[in-house]
Amino acid sequence: MESLYAITTGVLSACGLYLTLRGRTFPVVVGLTLLSYAVNLFLFSMGGLTTDGAVVINGEDDYADPLPQALVLTAIVIGFAMTAFAVILAMRARGDMGNDHVDGRTKEDSEESRR
Amino acid sequence: MTLLWIALLPLLGVLVPALGARLERRYCSLATGLLPAIALLLTLTQLPSLADGETLRFAVDWVPSLGLDLAFRLDGLSVLFNLLILGIGLLIVLYAHYYLDADEPYGRFYAYLILFMASMVGIAMADNLLLLWMFWELTSLSSFLLIGYWSHRSDARKGARMALAVTGAGGLALLAGLLLVGNMVGSFDMNRVLASSDVILAHEHYPLALGLILLGAFAKSAQFPFHFWLPHAMAAPTPVSAYLHSATMVKAGILLMARLHPAIAGSELWTLVVTLVGMTTLLYGAWFALIKTDLKGILAFSTVSHLGLITALLGIGTPMAVLAAMFHILNHATFKAALFMTAGIIDHETGTRELSRLGGLRRAMPVTALLTSITGAAMAGVPLLNGFISKEMFFTSATKADMLGGISWLLPLLATLGGILSVAYSLRLVHAVFFKPAREAPPSSPHEPPRLMRAPVELLAVLCILVGLLPSPLAGGLMDLATRAVLGEPMNFHLAIWHGFNLPLLMSVIALLAGIGTYLGHRHLRHFLRGFKPVDARLVFEGAVQYTGRQAERLLACFDNGSLQRYMSLLLVTALILAGLGLFRMPSLAGDQPGSELDGVLITGAVLLMFSGIATVITHRYRLISLLMLSMVGLLVSLTFARFSAPDLALTQLSVEVVTMILLMLALFFLPQKTPRESSMPRTLRDSALAAALGMIVASLNYAVLTRDHNSISDFFIENSVPGGGGHNVVNVILVDFRGFDTLGEITVLAIAGLAIFKLLNRLRLFMPHSDVEGRLWSPDRYPMILTTISQALLPLALLVSVFIFLRGHNHPGGGFIAGLITAVALILLYMARGVEWAQSRLDFQYQPVAIAGVGIATLTGLGSWLFGYPFLTSSFGHFHLPLIGDFELATAMIFDLGVYLAVVGATLMILANLGKLTTPHRPSKQGESTTPSEETS
Repeated sequence: MESLYAITTGVLSACGLYLTLRGRTFPVVVGLTLLSYAVNLFLFSMGGLTTDGAVVINGEDDYADPLPQALVLTAIVIGFAMTAFAVILAMRARGDMGNDHVDGRTKEDSEESRR
Repeated sequence: MTLLWIALLPLLGVLVPALGARLERRYCSLATGLLPAIALLLTLTQLPSLADGETLRFAVDWVPSLGLDLAFRLDGLSVLFNLLILGIGLLIVLYAHYYLDADEPYGRFYAYLILFMASMVGIAMADNLLLLWMFWELTSLSSFLLIGYWSHRSDARKGARMALAVTGAGGLALLAGLLLVGNMVGSFDMNRVLASSDVILAHEHYPLALGLILLGAFAKSAQFPFHFWLPHAMAAPTPVSAYLHSATMVKAGILLMARLHPAIAGSELWTLVVTLVGMTTLLYGAWFALIKTDLKGILAFSTVSHLGLITALLGIGTPMAVLAAMFHILNHATFKAALFMTAGIIDHETGTRELSRLGGLRRAMPVTALLTSITGAAMAGVPLLNGFISKEMFFTSATKADMLGGISWLLPLLATLGGILSVAYSLRLVHAVFFKPAREAPPSSPHEPPRLMRAPVELLAVLCILVGLLPSPLAGGLMDLATRAVLGEPMNFHLAIWHGFNLPLLMSVIALLAGIGTYLGHRHLRHFLRGFKPVDARLVFEGAVQYTGRQAERLLACFDNGSLQRYMSLLLVTALILAGLGLFRMPSLAGDQPGSELDGVLITGAVLLMFSGIATVITHRYRLISLLMLSMVGLLVSLTFARFSAPDLALTQLSVEVVTMILLMLALFFLPQKTPRESSMPRTLRDSALAAALGMIVASLNYAVLTRDHNSISDFFIENSVPGGGGHNVVNVILVDFRGFDTLGEITVLAIAGLAIFKLLNRLRLFMPHSDVEGRLWSPDRYPMILTTISQALLPLALLVSVFIFLRGHNHPGGGFIAGLITAVALILLYMARGVEWAQSRLDFQYQPVAIAGVGIATLTGLGSWLFGYPFLTSSFGHFHLPLIGDFELATAMIFDLGVYLAVVGATLMILANLGKLTTPHRPSKQGESTTPSEETS
């Protein structure tokens, strides 16, 4: 099970990273979101993978590790804020530059560099 | 205590002109001179106790851990330099009072000048190596400010920069050298260092330390090959040149060599290096002084030459040579400061410093001519003036030096050659300016300067004569003190004009006669030299600076080319290498923990997760489909959390997923629906390979961690959650209690992100498509009936659920984050079903204050614990009983959680509602912008 979990995180990271290397804003934002899923899964697994051990104190003593869970919970919310910021920035860039390239080049810039 | 005042008064004196700049110039100058004058008097009061053979010291700890003490000493060397620094400094203040133009900011000038004076006094008196270095750097900085005082002039800026670069670099070398020495001795205390000569000389790093210290000293004292900054520092106002670049700062290197003489000088290496560098500088400077045509340029190179002479004397290092060095420091300071001041007067009165445009000034300025003749003769070493005596002593030392073995006769020869050149350039200076008929009229008609402007020159000229006539009564005592400080023991000597007919006298006579001859043949020399191309040190230096800058830019351009893709791949490659190296060092990937069983659900989930991840990538050019695939990943991640005992995470992930998807779809509406095919095949391959490699690294790391046992601090949280935090849901207790400060940070970030987005959306120019990617027009049925009806019914239900989730959060899965997200989703559903206008008219409030209130409440809860004397964010809880409802528990952490809830609701809606508004004329911008968005369609 551990190996399957690890492979899944690896595949998701690879997918996310590939997309962050693209040249247009939207795929990069999607890639970042994908990457943050992978990172969250990775962080979450730092406490080990526990079945049926939700950390709600009920007299038993076989609990999952609560600390990575707490960290990942805030990470999810912050990740949302980051995604939102990135995508709005992308919209703004498109509005101001006229294209959605990640380098923030205006049309004149790219024409100049082509010359 | 007096010592501290001597060192501190000039430092305090910096404030006087800085604050008194509004005073009338006269009062400002007087006030500026006051504190240095007191310091000078205080130094003089210490002379009797020094004459008894004491070394006065004062020390308090400053930074003991670094070995830095605020320690000062006053011995013969310090006194000699203090007299020069403070005495000549006062004369310079008087001179500058007349020199500067009326509209120049004299307060600033005086402040820099006194700052320099204070740091120079600090070098002379420092009794700690680190303190000495600190003052040393201060002189570099203040000299930079002074040279660049006329900052509107390019040559001043460049000269200042060059001086700072050279002396600053030397200062760094010096620091390294001093640290090495301090390390050898085990202390930075000057007394211990000076007494540890045997330790230092025997140490294996002695040559390195000596080299570094000498580098610093040579750079500061303009020794060959670091001399080039000094002539360019002449762009400074003349009082600065007279003060810094003849009398004091350039002698700092010599002061350093003299100060450390007992500790580091006792080796052949020292003798050889210092003597040869000094002799080279002596001849090189003298030669260029002869061929320069700018008045200050001549003086600058002659200063270089005389500094070389003193350095050579310190290198020879016999008691006689040290005495000569000390005496020449004094003499050179007197005649050279005076010469610079007359150069300034000439420049001031005639408007030029070019020898070719000057001449015949003795009629217009007879007194100045006389003064220049006297001081020039002192520089040339004419008998009965002070320069003669020290030059005789130099010749004597040169004839007795034997460090070159069989070719030691070379030294007196070179010394005589230096003497000849020095006579020639001194003669040329005086003759060409005052006695030779003028070839053309100077720019303005010259006359004598104000009486008091000339006074410092007169005083110094008189000193030249008096010391020349009565050396022993006037300077003998001071020289006795100074040599004692350098040599460490008293020395028997007598300063006299006449030593009988001997070799040095012969050398002097030869120097005088041949010098006059050289000057007479000077015209032929100039003619001969015309064949050589002059090298301008400034051009070379600037060229080097600019070359370095260009190379740095070129290097930077290799990876900073403005392409995000380039940056990303560089970053990822670095991460790959570092993480790969880390994995490589591990003995084995798998740990010793036994793995758990797989089952069909897990396999299905993992396959689906991987499939949807890969599908997101494959379809990424069709953005909407890619987004749908992404949402599948999100849902499966949420299920994964649920499967592995993290209900809070599953709930959070689920609600965030909804919000994220709505957000991305809304954003996609305004962005191109398709990604063009841009990447070339090799590039796609390269990126895939990189991503795959990193994915493998991540998987390996994850596997390595999962198969290993680990110690967690979580047991503490599990044990203390109920008794300490009053909650059964440990994750929530960690969030709002144990690690509440982190959470406060997170919601602050969330609120800031919301505000930043709000700002970004302001005045945004939009590209709104008429149709979808296939070219179909949008449906005219904007708000579907079923959705409208259901959403309205759902809203109270959803709000109720969120209240429920919020309240149970402390003891069961739930809490402020999740409740906030659910509320946000419920409200957004309303927006979607009914449209912005409809929702906005009913939800008539701004979201920014909500988010800010949330952060505010959370912060206040934390601050509240201060009221009860507990640290920030201490929570408390208690059990309460209400009829009908029964026993229940309340904790202050719930108020904190309320803050979290509000911040999440506020921030989320701030983002989504404002983005949604863009589709309508109700944009979140300043009023009056009612342009229809469709006009701007791309």
